[in-house]
Amino acid sequence: MAALVIAEHDNHAIRGGTLNAVTAALKCSADVTVLVAGGGCAAAGAAAAAIAGVSKVLLVDAPHLTEQLAEALAEQVLAVAGGYTHILAPATAFGKNVTPRVAARLDVAQISDVTMVESPDTFQRPIYAGNAIATVQSADPVKVMTVRTTAFDPAATTGGSATVESVAAVADPGISTFIKREVAKSERPELAGAKIVVSGGRGMGSAENFKVLEPLADKLGAAMGASRAAVDAGYAPNDWQVGQTGKIVAPQLYVAVGISGAIQHLAGMKDSKVIVAINKDAEAPIFGVADYGLVGDLFDAVPELAGKI
Amino acid sequence: MKILVPVKRVVDYNVKVRVKSDGTGVDIANVKMSMNPFDEIAVEEAIRLREKGLATEVIAVSCGVAACQETLRTAMAIGADRAILVEVGADDDLQPLAVAKLLKAVVEREQPGLCILGKQAIDDDANQTGQMLAALTGMPQATFASKVELADGRLVVTREVDGGLETLSIRMPAVVTTDLRLNEPRYVTLPNIMKAKKKPLDVLKPADLGVDIKPHLKTLKVSEPAGRKAGIKVPDVAALVDKLKNDAKVI
Repeated sequence: MAALVIAEHDNHAIRGGTLNAVTAALKCSADVTVLVAGGGCAAAGAAAAAIAGVSKVLLVDAPHLTEQLAEALAEQVLAVAGGYTHILAPATAFGKNVTPRVAARLDVAQISDVTMVESPDTFQRPIYAGNAIATVQSADPVKVMTVRTTAFDPAATTGGSATVESVAAVADPGISTFIKREVAKSERPELAGAKIVVSGGRGMGSAENFKVLEPLADKLGAAMGASRAAVDAGYAPNDWQVGQTGKIVAPQLYVAVGISGAIQHLAGMKDSKVIVAINKDAEAPIFGVADYGLVGDLFDAVPELAGKI
Repeated sequence: MKILVPVKRVVDYNVKVRVKSDGTGVDIANVKMSMNPFDEIAVEEAIRLREKGLATEVIAVSCGVAACQETLRTAMAIGADRAILVEVGADDDLQPLAVAKLLKAVVEREQPGLCILGKQAIDDDANQTGQMLAALTGMPQATFASKVELADGRLVVTREVDGGLETLSIRMPAVVTTDLRLNEPRYVTLPNIMKAKKKPLDVLKPADLGVDIKPHLKTLKVSEPAGRKAGIKVPDVAALVDKLKNDAKVI
């Protein structure tokens, strides 16, 4: 058995979710290869080789792979897939985009959002917004899966000494073209991997009011998140959305401010170590999962909290 | 240009499902069923493209039990012109790969210029079918779309990715999967519900399409997630800070 992890990277560095996928891969097989396919991605390849537990890095460096569009990347994964019993990627926007293409072409099922590897063919995954956990067994010769990053510890970024093997790129299918990427620049940590997250909900009332959370997030070194209601209302950017259909987070501390706690939101944060809820409605469902609940006006409580930390 | 919009009948998003005591699944008997919310957005987007004169016909398709006809009627009430049900039995475990194969067969019959799907269904949360359909048909894909434009025979799609937005130009025919902010689906009106009852709805069987729908994954059990107990209410901010510093030790 051998496992192949499709690295998520920006050509220079390996993105965090890849490290969680490596840990999941090591539970499937002791022989883990990481595929780094990109354009001008030698640095990312070297970083992958240093990840603890990785045996081999396959490096594919070609201009048409620079943006890692699903069509070209899936072809590349298929070109190297022979011999692997497991193909994994993080369950991020990146992994979710490309792995089903690979699975379909291999005529195998994909197991999405794996939260536990019970054995090399049996996995746990949440369904119904995490209200149920399914244990599934794959009868396929290759197990293609995306990995819920919060369910696996990240592999160490140092200590590995994998061999790096350059592999020729396969041709670009030429059916999709990258135009641009607008990534919000932020001094704050990335939401998906942050140790502390401060999230706002509909109770914030406006995009302007959302700024009330900033001093608290700054003090805590926290990433900022939002409920779907807040994003839909235009109070916060789309990529801040925490929940079933947004980002899944499990920080050490999650501070939910003005969030009522719909099941779809809880699905995205209920694995946080400590949850704090601040809400003026004492009956809000968020208090049902919060370790520490504070009933009160967020516009008084949040600045006071920022001041006292 | 035809637009094909696959839709799925799922447990309504307001329902909190219960795991069956025998661990075989979740209890969906007598539970309200609705169209998957992302699929509603897909139907709406297709109708808007037709209303702009960029498409001639919107075909809704569903793979599932006979009751999916209701879901297809809803799609036609939103504005789809006709519908196709690929009907399976209540005991068939229809998984995303099989659905993608059925949809591929429908694509071959109907030759749509565009397929718009929801990015994920809120029951199995798989987020696979659109990408699989694209792969099986050799079509390009633009997943998690928040904006779709047609220009010079290509699709320009803005996608929601981690950290921001990405814009792609893809050849057609193509597959698009919808994210939440692509549009806000219109309300279905009573006259349109009545009209939808008269629109054509064809029923096919997987065998008619020559597709084997055998499941690749076996569900061994379905269990309750680890519960999370409610903690305590703190009287004021000072008490909260004290708890976080001294009990939880997270700050």
